[in-house]
Amino acid sequence: MVALRFLRALSLVRCSGPGARSPSYRARGIRRAAYACMAASAGPRRAWSRALLRKIRRRPGRGLRRPRAVIRRRRPVGGGDPLEVALRRLVPGGGCMEYCRLLEEAADYVKCLAMQVRLMQTIVDSASHVNSID
Amino acid sequence: MSGRGRRITDEEINELISKLQSMLPESRRRNAGRVSASKLLKETCSYIKSLHREVDGLSDRLAGLMDTMDSNSPQAEIVRGLLRS
Repeated sequence: MVALRFLRALSLVRCSGPGARSPSYRARGIRRAAYACMAASAGPRRAWSRALLRKIRRRPGRGLRRPRAVIRRRRPVGGGDPLEVALRRLVPGGGCMEYCRLLEEAADYVKCLAMQVRLMQTIVDSASHVNSID
Repeated sequence: MSGRGRRITDEEINELISKLQSMLPESRRRNAGRVSASKLLKETCSYIKSLHREVDGLSDRLAGLMDTMDSNSPQAEIVRGLLRS
């Protein structure tokens, strides 16, 4: 399902002004689509996917923002271990969760990231192969 | 959800550490036994960073490929069909 979702998202990136946008702008759109599709496919059951979708939808200049309750944000867990702190920064939403939960979320995040990379590599390989046909 | 009142057992932590270890490519290759928690965290962090870099690189490549698709060549039509399906 993540493959279909991502392919559809790619076709939308292409249609949003092929001549008018720079390649780097398009690359940023593709990158955002990759993370959004990955998170949407994981669904709301995972803290990392929820955090990633919140972050993507919170982009500046996306229109009117409704005022949100500030209380929702929990205090980040203070860590003594710099490696644990680093992992909390890398896993979306990892700042506020218990250590045990962090490990679980990190494992799922790694699995989904690796799948996304394989998917994108497959698309690049297919498209490159097609482009090189004479 | 945060489970503040519940103590996490060592067994549960070990299980999670094994699960995380099984996701990492190096650990799988070497068929390693248990590694220390700090080594595992370090490997996980560097693996996640490398995956992020790969996503960035592949996004750039896809953007470049999509540029070539704006032409009217038969190849472009095939790739457009791929994205439409």
